[in-house]
Amino acid sequence: MVKPGILFGFSLLLLLGCSTATQPVLYQRLGADEGISAIVDGLLFEIEHDARIVHHFADTDISRFRAMLTEQLCELSGGPCRYSGSTMQESHTGFNITLADYDALVEGLIKVMQRQQISIADQNALLALLAPMYKDISYR
Amino acid sequence: MNCRLLLIILCCCPAIAAAGSKIIATGGVTTVEGNAGGGIVPWAVINGYASSDEWAATAFGGRVAVNDFSLHSAGIALSLDNSWEFSYARQRFELESIGGSLSQDIFSVKYHLAGELLYTTMPQISVGVQHKRNQDFALPAAVGATRASGTDFYLAASKVLFHQVAGRNLLLNGTLRATKANQTGLLGFGSATDNHYEVVFEGSAAVLLNYNLAIGIEYKQKPDKLAFAAEQHWRDIFVAWFINKNVSVTGAYVDLGDIAGQGSQTGYYLALEATW
Repeated sequence: MVKPGILFGFSLLLLLGCSTATQPVLYQRLGADEGISAIVDGLLFEIEHDARIVHHFADTDISRFRAMLTEQLCELSGGPCRYSGSTMQESHTGFNITLADYDALVEGLIKVMQRQQISIADQNALLALLAPMYKDISYR
Repeated sequence: MNCRLLLIILCCCPAIAAAGSKIIATGGVTTVEGNAGGGIVPWAVINGYASSDEWAATAFGGRVAVNDFSLHSAGIALSLDNSWEFSYARQRFELESIGGSLSQDIFSVKYHLAGELLYTTMPQISVGVQHKRNQDFALPAAVGATRASGTDFYLAASKVLFHQVAGRNLLLNGTLRATKANQTGLLGFGSATDNHYEVVFEGSAAVLLNYNLAIGIEYKQKPDKLAFAAEQHWRDIFVAWFINKNVSVTGAYVDLGDIAGQGSQTGYYLALEATW
């Protein structure tokens, strides 16, 4: 005879296991292709209207930047893409991106994610993937 | 009345006041000693929102009220380049059941040595100095303190870990402080039998529920140099509301242990901060 406590514990374990197993990947939670495109377009809008950092994009091929960032976010969040661009170090060398520039971009991204009503947990999951890129992007 | 007026002014300011580039809440709040941190523990973060090549000014006022005492604290800070923090705070300690009051000035400098709170694997690391001067030394001297001024040195490490608790970000801070202070200097510094620096640990942990709201706990170890009464560690549970980059409000439940022979001092802390 199995004790009810053990049975309950086992069911709970099974439930927890299932709930983590069925949690869709971040790519899906961000709205897949459509959601990520909207994040990228929103970010381009924020950059364009942010006097602190817009000058860094003066010579940027925006349509390529858009395609590469979309690919990169898709791959990072577990989507079915392969980022085909250059490394973060290569693509930022010579720009001397400062801490304030990086902060400004992150703030822009947060604004976009808030506007798209992405949950705080999913926003944080994406920020967790992007924040460490600071060392490859800044002061190069 | 004055406070209410200040609040109204502060709440109207944001529309016109420019803030720095740092992400909201990453400047922390201001401790009762005037440094960026939690309520009682200085963190490695620099006050206000000045990122690289920016500057920020911060003003705060707060009140701790426990069973037999209250502490009024107010101060200003100037931050440069997310690297330097210069601050001044004035504390007035009211001995409500014993009678009388004591005041103390605190001049501090903090320097951000390495790491970035949000962006590097290494925690943000800062060193700081606090120079404290008693304005009224009669009572501290009477209870055995030998000096009316003292200098604390601290090393702090702070880190935000993303997506940790129910998907929320977690802030952890550890601070090591070398000090001779009795009750953080409110009862002077050192004693006839013990005039050495002691290294104490202070820690904080906070969960950022969203960009504007943090809840957390703090612990502050303290020396126990005066023979007349035992001194104990401080603890608190706090809520900080970052209304925007210009105004924050902090509330806490505090447990300050025994103070000057008066047992188990618990109560609340409320502080208002403005930053530009």
